[in-house]
Amino acid sequence: MRNGKKKETREPLIHLTRRDTMHPAKAWGIRGIAVLLGLLVCGLAAFLLVEKLQQNPGRIGEFYYTFIKGSFATQRKTWKFFKDLAILLSIALALTPAFRMRFWNTGAEGQTLMGVWGAIAVAFYGGGKMPEGVLLVLMFLASVLCGAIWGGIPALFKAKWNTNETLFTLMMNYVASYLVAYFLVVWVPSGSSNLGKLKYGKLPSFGHDYLVIILVALVLTAALYIYLEYSKHGYEINVVGESVRTARYVGIGVGKVIIRTMILSGALCGLAGYLIAAGLDQTITTESVGGQGFTAIMVCWLAKFNPIGMVLTSGLITLLDHGAAQISQDFSVAADFPDVVVGIILFFIIGSEFFINFQLHFRGHEKEGIK
Amino acid sequence: MNIWMNFFIDSLAFGATFIYGSTGEILTEKAGHLNLGIPGVMCMGGAGGCLMLNLIGQSGLPGFLIVILGILGSFAAAMLCGLIYSFLTVSLRANQNVTGLALTTFGAGLTRVLMKKADPVVYLVGPKQLYRFPFADRTDSLQLLGVLWFLAVAVAILASWVLFRTRTGLNLRAVGESPATADAVGINVTRYKYLATMIGSGIAGLGGFFYIIDYMASQEAYLSVEAFGWLSIALVIFALWRPHLTILGSTVFGLLFSCSSYIANIPGVQVTMAAKPILKMLPYLVTILVLIVTSIRNKRENQPPASLGLSYFREER
Repeated sequence: MRNGKKKETREPLIHLTRRDTMHPAKAWGIRGIAVLLGLLVCGLAAFLLVEKLQQNPGRIGEFYYTFIKGSFATQRKTWKFFKDLAILLSIALALTPAFRMRFWNTGAEGQTLMGVWGAIAVAFYGGGKMPEGVLLVLMFLASVLCGAIWGGIPALFKAKWNTNETLFTLMMNYVASYLVAYFLVVWVPSGSSNLGKLKYGKLPSFGHDYLVIILVALVLTAALYIYLEYSKHGYEINVVGESVRTARYVGIGVGKVIIRTMILSGALCGLAGYLIAAGLDQTITTESVGGQGFTAIMVCWLAKFNPIGMVLTSGLITLLDHGAAQISQDFSVAADFPDVVVGIILFFIIGSEFFINFQLHFRGHEKEGIK
Repeated sequence: MNIWMNFFIDSLAFGATFIYGSTGEILTEKAGHLNLGIPGVMCMGGAGGCLMLNLIGQSGLPGFLIVILGILGSFAAAMLCGLIYSFLTVSLRANQNVTGLALTTFGAGLTRVLMKKADPVVYLVGPKQLYRFPFADRTDSLQLLGVLWFLAVAVAILASWVLFRTRTGLNLRAVGESPATADAVGINVTRYKYLATMIGSGIAGLGGFFYIIDYMASQEAYLSVEAFGWLSIALVIFALWRPHLTILGSTVFGLLFSCSSYIANIPGVQVTMAAKPILKMLPYLVTILVLIVTSIRNKRENQPPASLGLSYFREER
């Protein structure tokens, strides 16, 4: 509103303008405040839901301390924290190329599960018939291939007919889940669908069982950062994400980029599935991925699609998850309390992005120089 | 009643879960918002209704009042979830996918925490018979067609009528197709988005409530509501964004979903255990097929609303 024609019409109470940029330190400050506010609301929610806290409100300090305790109290818990972080991070990283391209891949859950399935299928049929090293390589290839196929199919239709990718990839999750259920019936003659731990196909442990997984996740972070920031492919992904028309104009084959990027994204999900199958579980259930494919979407978005930032955000989510799980244990609440905590904190972080992207101008505080 | 009839009516009844979920999601999507929080919203709708019944289930209120208050409790709880979603995505212009997923995490988690506090004897055993009016005394699957089932059909038809036959509906569709254009002709975009999302969420919540209190009528039922929320989102595509078609679509989904439990009883049909997961996969495969076919045919009236998933900021052209 220009100064000249003031007060002719009633101005709205709040006027919004988009900010150009914000200093990263300030932006992280706002996010930090959001997390703190979220934790405060979690405390309030806890008073409503946790009976032990209602009986003894003095334990609220212990309540917050438990968040840290859940992840770092013992050495075992610390390892578990980094292991869970690494798996979540791997899936979030896998989503990043697709998201940078504005291809809303909601199918990480299914793509990862197919990765687990590929590895377990190879171990089930081939275990003991070949050297362990060969088996592990074949499992790896199967995982990556299955993930790539599961991600590639929706991309093919998106590139050719612009089929809605969010809904397509979402449906593929359930197809994957029932496919696994089918094979569990076929593989387990007793009908219990409980495959049990397979004897073959376990990643070697260097020092600690979880170390390989954590190292792979770290290497993946660096590799993806370089791929996205410094390679021609990464540049093409960014251009397609910014504007499909611009991409066409500068001669980028949009369809090719979409398919290539989604195959990569699916393959990386498959890799995460391989880590779960060969590195941890050595078995499969329909819940092998356990919703992490969906959590990874939030991790990826919270980090603004930046691989380095994802180390932080996946750490935050894992911390909250473990902390709240510890709370359910110590304060004997339902085991689903972590979901409530994570949900509340996410609402606050999601909401805080608004204050980073937009500037609020209140009526009566109009300053000069505002466009 | 023979087995075929029993199977068909069971599927018809089961469908009401999806009718509510999809009709709610259609209203939201028509305002341009892809609410992936519907599974969480449906859980919370179930929890809200059950907690209300937990309060009044044994209070001696007249039956019809218990039924109505339960429905209101369910609607209100789900609508509150819709309010969180709309505040974040409409007012704060947050990413819809992320907000929706967070809402699903939150809603499903909170439902499980809350439902552990409710007493099934109070909220389920007595009220179940009330909700199964008029066929509560039957022993076959006809008993499942209760108050909430008839309400579901009515809501779906009403929603279609409002969307495609009234000025309000026209405005709402305009908001979903092109909010900037709607804004320019003087439609209050924010109000439409808020109302559509909140009413849509309220309706979806009833789906969870119906499933727990009438269709399953078991204290474990709330654990599987989330899965049917995702299926409801699938059904929106299957019904081509038309609420009245969800009645048909939901029956097809119901048939596909419950055939795995009936097929073994049909004489002459031999199925193995392995066939069950494949049968349950069918609804999703069919949805994918519909999604592909509609995108290939590319008919304008069968497409998702054009601004689906995008947030609207007036000063950005």
